[in-house]
Amino acid sequence: MTQLALVIDLNVCVGCHACVTSCKEWNTSGTAGPMADLKPYGKEPRGTFFNRVQTFEVGEYPQTETVHFPKSCLHCEDPPCVPVCPTGASYKREEDGIVLVDSDKCIGCKYCSWACPYGVRELDEHQKIMTKCTLCVDRIYDMSLPEAERRPACVNACPTNARLFGDVDDPDSEVSVAIREQGGYPLMPEWGTRPANHYLPRRKTRMTIHEDELVRADNPLKKERQLPMPDADDPTLDETTSW
Amino acid sequence: MHPAFSVIFLTTLLGAGQGLFLALYTAQVYAAFGLLPEQDPVRFHALGAVLALVLLGLGLFSSFFHLGRPERAWRSAARWRTSWLSREILVLPALMAAIAAWAAIHYSGFDPLLFTFRETYAVSLSLAVGAIGTLLAFALYLCTGMIYACIKQLQEWATPLTVVNYTLFGLASGFLLAAAFAGWSGTGLADFFGGWAIIATVVVFFTRAASLVRNARLKHKSTLQTAIGVRHAQIVQKAQGAMGGSFNTREFFHGASKRKYAFVKWVFLVLVFPLPLLLASAGLGSGRTGLWLAAFLIQYLGLLAERWFFFAQANHPQNLYYQTV
Ligand code: SF4
Ligand code: SF4
Repeated sequence: MTQLALVIDLNVCVGCHACVTSCKEWNTSGTAGPMADLKPYGKEPRGTFFNRVQTFEVGEYPQTETVHFPKSCLHCEDPPCVPVCPTGASYKREEDGIVLVDSDKCIGCKYCSWACPYGVRELDEHQKIMTKCTLCVDRIYDMSLPEAERRPACVNACPTNARLFGDVDDPDSEVSVAIREQGGYPLMPEWGTRPANHYLPRRKTRMTIHEDELVRADNPLKKERQLPMPDADDPTLDETTSW
Repeated sequence: MHPAFSVIFLTTLLGAGQGLFLALYTAQVYAAFGLLPEQDPVRFHALGAVLALVLLGLGLFSSFFHLGRPERAWRSAARWRTSWLSREILVLPALMAAIAAWAAIHYSGFDPLLFTFRETYAVSLSLAVGAIGTLLAFALYLCTGMIYACIKQLQEWATPLTVVNYTLFGLASGFLLAAAFAGWSGTGLADFFGGWAIIATVVVFFTRAASLVRNARLKHKSTLQTAIGVRHAQIVQKAQGAMGGSFNTREFFHGASKRKYAFVKWVFLVLVFPLPLLLASAGLGSGRTGLWLAAFLIQYLGLLAERWFFFAQANHPQNLYYQTV
């Protein structure tokens, strides 16, 4: 089995929205596009996006932390959006687990967006059909691209490498190792959707050093006792010796 | 959730249409058992069925306004194995066909005897077709209710009470309309239908109240903590990922002020239950069609408010990602 997915490292994401714009750029001209933009230069621009970055502030000043949180379809292994679709336009691919909307079949009833707990499907206001992240299905298998570029546009664009892409069913893939070793977690596990995308938590590297680790408690020969500082006027080692 | 008028009209019109047909058929069954007098098949059964068809047709019509691509609506019959929406879309035309057949049988007078039950009760074709229609009408209530009740993360809806309420509201309004229709057609059945409408309204008062109490006590399973996976009591959203709002901020929030929200709730509580009950009890035995019609119209208005509130009250977990709407 293959289940392609993204792993998003919240420890690294700087909230630059490069994934948002590259996603829109790729997909608006791809098989899923065009993605509508309404009044893009007006006061309240709105449009379709498959991926959005939100920002949260955790804690109270001065103990605050800013969490930038990119959100797109999680390509659930048990996607509630698929069985509710009356037309079969919403489907999950057997071969790689990508959840897609067939734009020729969708009637724009929005029922799937109600069934998705994460709010990652958007009805395109021009096409009047449901749209969502395709994991750049029209890109990752494109043999005319160099291999390093056969990844979703957002992954390619991320300047901090906060987005990993791969098969979460393969235990040795980069994404599986990252999830296992760096505490990857799914969103809203309470709904049993088993999201394929995972998030890596914010983490701090801290070292705890105790006093007695700096100065030896048992030091019979006084070998490591602190020596008095030499006077500023004393000659230095360089001045007294010639090598 | 954002209450869409297309769906509000769809569900209320369908409910009343189904209820009206069920009322007409109930009268026919009672008559077959000799409990009620036989009615004029054309002026009562056929005409009443046409009225039910008009309501169902209007409901179907308004459903198209909910679709982004109505010209593809035929595709929605494809996934009846998994989707309650697909099932509803199959059952609705089947029910309309059954009612149309039932009306045609009554209108044409071609109603052959199929068999005799215990050598006393004659089962005619119209009785059999009506029975099929009854099954379909109840199936449609089930489908409509389950469309909402099956989405488990919309916790306000995910209860059997949703199906029960949809059914009973439909029956109450349908039977009230049947009472008005019976009064108009001079059949003397107004009190029979009205009595059942009163019973349905009283019962649905308790089941709807039960769902209101349930929802008031509901504890949502998702929190902002599970939504973004950060375990901290204080999380404040600073950016929502859009400047002018998005599909997410439009589709999943009702957008009404707290006052309007509370107002609609009281409007529906008053218009659906006490007022129609008052009018209906005045109507019982009075022979005044106007009272029944007023009861139906007032309850129908109330049901529009009820449906608005039903949608507005549902709190989708995706709203957690849009804290400042
Ligand atoms: S995240 Fe939502 S749209 Fe994507 S597969 Fe899961 S339920 Fe479906
Ligand atoms: S909006 Fe389209 S994809 Fe979603 S449930 Fe309706 S038909 Fe299916």
